[in-house]
Amino acid sequence: MTYFPEEVVEHIFDFLSSHRDRNIVSTVCKAWYRVERLSRRIVFVGNCYAVRPGRVMARFPGMKCLSVKGKPHFADFNLVPHDWGGFALPWIEAAARGCPGLEELRLKRMVVSDESLELLARSFPNFKALVLVSCEGFTTDGLAAIATHCRGLRELDLQENEVEDHGRQWLSCFPDSCTSLESLNFACLKGEVNAGALERLVARCVNLRSLKLNRAISVESLARILARTPHLVELGTGSFTVEHRAEAYQRLIHAFRKCKSLKSLSGFWDVAPRCLQSIYSICPNLTVLNLSYAPAIQGADLVKLIRHCFKLQKLWVLDCIGDKGLAVVASTCQELQELRVFPSDIYGTGTAAVTEEGLVAISSGCSKLNSLLYFCHQMTNAALITVAKNCPHFTRFRLCILDPGKPDPDTNQPLDEGFGAIVRSCKDLRRLSLSGLLTDKVFLYIGEYAARLEMLSIAFAGDSDKGMVYVLNGCKNLRKLEIRDSPFGDAALLVNVGKYETMRSLWMSSCDVTLGGCKALAAKMPRLNVEVINDRDESDEMEENPSDMHKVEKMYVYRTLAGARNDAPEFVEIL
Amino acid sequence: MEAAGESLRDTELRLGLPGTDAPEKPASTVTRGGKRALPEDDEDGYAKSNKSSEEEEQGEGDLCCQEPPAAKAQVVGWPPIRSYRKNSLHARKVEGEAAGLYVKVSMDGAPYLRKIDLKVYKGYKELREALDDMFKCFSLGEFPRKEGCSGSEYAITYEDKDGDLMLVGDVPWEMFISSCRRLRIMKGSEARGLGSRH
Repeated sequence: MTYFPEEVVEHIFDFLSSHRDRNIVSTVCKAWYRVERLSRRIVFVGNCYAVRPGRVMARFPGMKCLSVKGKPHFADFNLVPHDWGGFALPWIEAAARGCPGLEELRLKRMVVSDESLELLARSFPNFKALVLVSCEGFTTDGLAAIATHCRGLRELDLQENEVEDHGRQWLSCFPDSCTSLESLNFACLKGEVNAGALERLVARCVNLRSLKLNRAISVESLARILARTPHLVELGTGSFTVEHRAEAYQRLIHAFRKCKSLKSLSGFWDVAPRCLQSIYSICPNLTVLNLSYAPAIQGADLVKLIRHCFKLQKLWVLDCIGDKGLAVVASTCQELQELRVFPSDIYGTGTAAVTEEGLVAISSGCSKLNSLLYFCHQMTNAALITVAKNCPHFTRFRLCILDPGKPDPDTNQPLDEGFGAIVRSCKDLRRLSLSGLLTDKVFLYIGEYAARLEMLSIAFAGDSDKGMVYVLNGCKNLRKLEIRDSPFGDAALLVNVGKYETMRSLWMSSCDVTLGGCKALAAKMPRLNVEVINDRDESDEMEENPSDMHKVEKMYVYRTLAGARNDAPEFVEIL
Repeated sequence: MEAAGESLRDTELRLGLPGTDAPEKPASTVTRGGKRALPEDDEDGYAKSNKSSEEEEQGEGDLCCQEPPAAKAQVVGWPPIRSYRKNSLHARKVEGEAAGLYVKVSMDGAPYLRKIDLKVYKGYKELREALDDMFKCFSLGEFPRKEGCSGSEYAITYEDKDGDLMLVGDVPWEMFISSCRRLRIMKGSEARGLGSRH
C-alpha cells in the first residue's frame, strides 16, 4: 500500500460527504482513524443513548455541526410516556467543555430546557445555527437567551415543537446589530411576537432567505414584511385572512409580485379562499407547497391553485383534496417528487376523502415520485400493483389506511400482494410503513426483496412469529424496526439476537413479547440496552415482581457503548 | 394480550353517547361497496387474527341502525400523526364549532330575528325549506326556489367573512357554510334587483 502524507489523506476525506463513508474509512487503520477524527466537522448521533456525549467530543475535537436524535419515532404518536428521557442538556454541557467551536446544533425529539438554551447561548462564540424538530421542554425565555447572546446567528429553525409561551418579547431580544439572519422559522409558536420588532429585524437582515411566521402574524403585517424582503426563497405565511378588505389585500398582491425568488410556501392557517388569488403570480415558480394546515381550502379553490403550480416538486396537502384533486395534481405537476396527504377528519366516519384512485392517478402522472406519505380510507392490491409499476423509484413509501387491519375492499383479501409488488419493484426503497390487513406473507416478501430497506414500521399486522423472523433474517440493511399491536413474541425476538447490534433500534409495543424474553435478550447481548417501559398506572404492578410470563407492554432495544443510562425514570426498567 | 372480558367492556374508552354501544365489528369484516366496517375496540387495542366467534356474528345491520354512526373509540397513537398536527387540527375544529355555525337570520319587516345552525342542513334546499317554515308566520309568501327566480319578492342573501352581501346559492354548500356570517331575507325592490341579476 502506498502511504500518502496525512494532508493528502485528509483532503481526500473531504470528498466523503456521508457519515457512513467516513465511519468506514476510519476503520481502515490507525493512521486513517486519526486523520479522519481530527478532520470531521459534521457529526450525526442517531440515538442520544448509544454513546456518551463526552466520548463524541473527545473523538471529534474539530466538530462544527452536531445532530442528535432522542426519543424513538413512536414518541410522535404518544406511545412513549412523557418523562422517558432524551435530554439535550448533557450534550450541550459536553460540547461547551469539549468543542467550544461548535457552530450548528440540530436536535430532534429531545427534551430541551430553557437552562440548556441559556447555556448554549453563552458557550459558543461562533454559534450560527439552531434547528429544533419535535422537541419540547422550553419556553420563549429560552429563545430570548438565544436571540440575545448568539451574535452572528444565521439560522433559528423551530419545527413542530411544543413551546410554552412566556410573552412576546423574545424576538425583540435580537439586538439592532444583528443583521446575519438567513433563516428564521417560528411557525410553531402559539403566542404573539412584537410585529414592529419583527419587521425591523427582517429589514436589516439583508441575507434573509427563509422566513416562516406563526399564526399570530396578520396579513397586514405579512404585506409589510414582504415589502422589505423581496429576495425571500421560502415563506411560511401567518394567518391568511383579510379582515379589513381591499387595502391590505392589494398591498399583499403587490408585495407577492415583487418576490420573484419565492420557491416555497407554507402556513396558510385560516386562509380565506379569496386571498389565494394573491399567490397565483408566484405559483409557476413554486417547487414546494405545504397546505397541510389549511383545511379551509377545499375542492375548487385548491384545484385552481394547483393548476398554476407546474414546477412543484414537493406537495403536502390534506385529504380534502380528494381523488379528483389528486388527478389534477397528476396532470399538472410532472416534476413532483414528494407527496404527503394528511387526514383532515381523524375520528369521523365522514365521506371518504381519498382512496386508491387518487394514488393511482398520481402514479400515472408523476413518474418522478420517490417519496410518499398517504393517509386514506381504503387501498386495493390492484392499485398498489399499478403504483409499483408506474413508480419504481420510491425511496420512501408510507401508506396509512385509517382503519387498522382493513382488507382490500374489492376482493376482501389482505394487502400482501400489493405491498409485495412495491418492494419488488422499488429496489431503492429505504423506508416503508405498512397498514391494512396483512399476513405473514407480506413479511416474506419484504425479507426477500427489500434489500435496501433501512426503516420499517409495522402496525396491526402479521399472524405469527414467522413474520418478524422473515424481516430479521432478510433485510440486511435494516436499521430501525418499530412494531405495534402485532402477534410477535419471544421466539421471534430471540431468533437472531446478533442482528440488533447491526441496527440502531427495535421498538415493540402491544405485541406478545414477555418479560422473560426481554431478560433473555439482555443476558445474551450485553451491548444492547433492553428497556421495558411500563405505563404509569401499571408501575405499582411492577413493584410486586411480575413473573417472566408477564407480557411487556412496551419494549425499546438499542445498541449502545454507554451502558445503561442513568437518567431513566422509575417506570423504565433497563435489563 | 387476553381478549377483553364482559366486565372490561365497561371500562372501554368510547366516543359514543352514554347508553349507546359502539358496534362490535372486527376489522376484517367484509365491506361491501366500499363501506368501512368499524373495528372492534377492546381494551388492548385491536384484536388480531384470533378474533372471537361472537364478534363475527355481528352483521352490518348493527352498523346501519346507529344514527348517527357511532364514532370509533380512540386507539392510542392511531392514526400515526404527530401530536403537533393533531392538536392544530383539533384546535381548528373546536374553534370552528365554537365560532358557531349558528347564524342570525333577519327578515326585512319581521319584528325579531332568528338563529339557525347551518350544520344541521345538508344543502340549500333544506335551508330554504327551514327558512320558509320559520318565517311563514309573517305570512310573507313563498321563497325563491332557485336564484334569480322571476317574479319573486324575496331573495335570501348572506353576509360573508369579508362583510360583503352575497346571494345564497352560488357557491358549493361546504364553502357557503364556512363563509356565511349571517343571513338576511330581503324583500321588495332591493330583492328584485339582486334576483334579476342572473
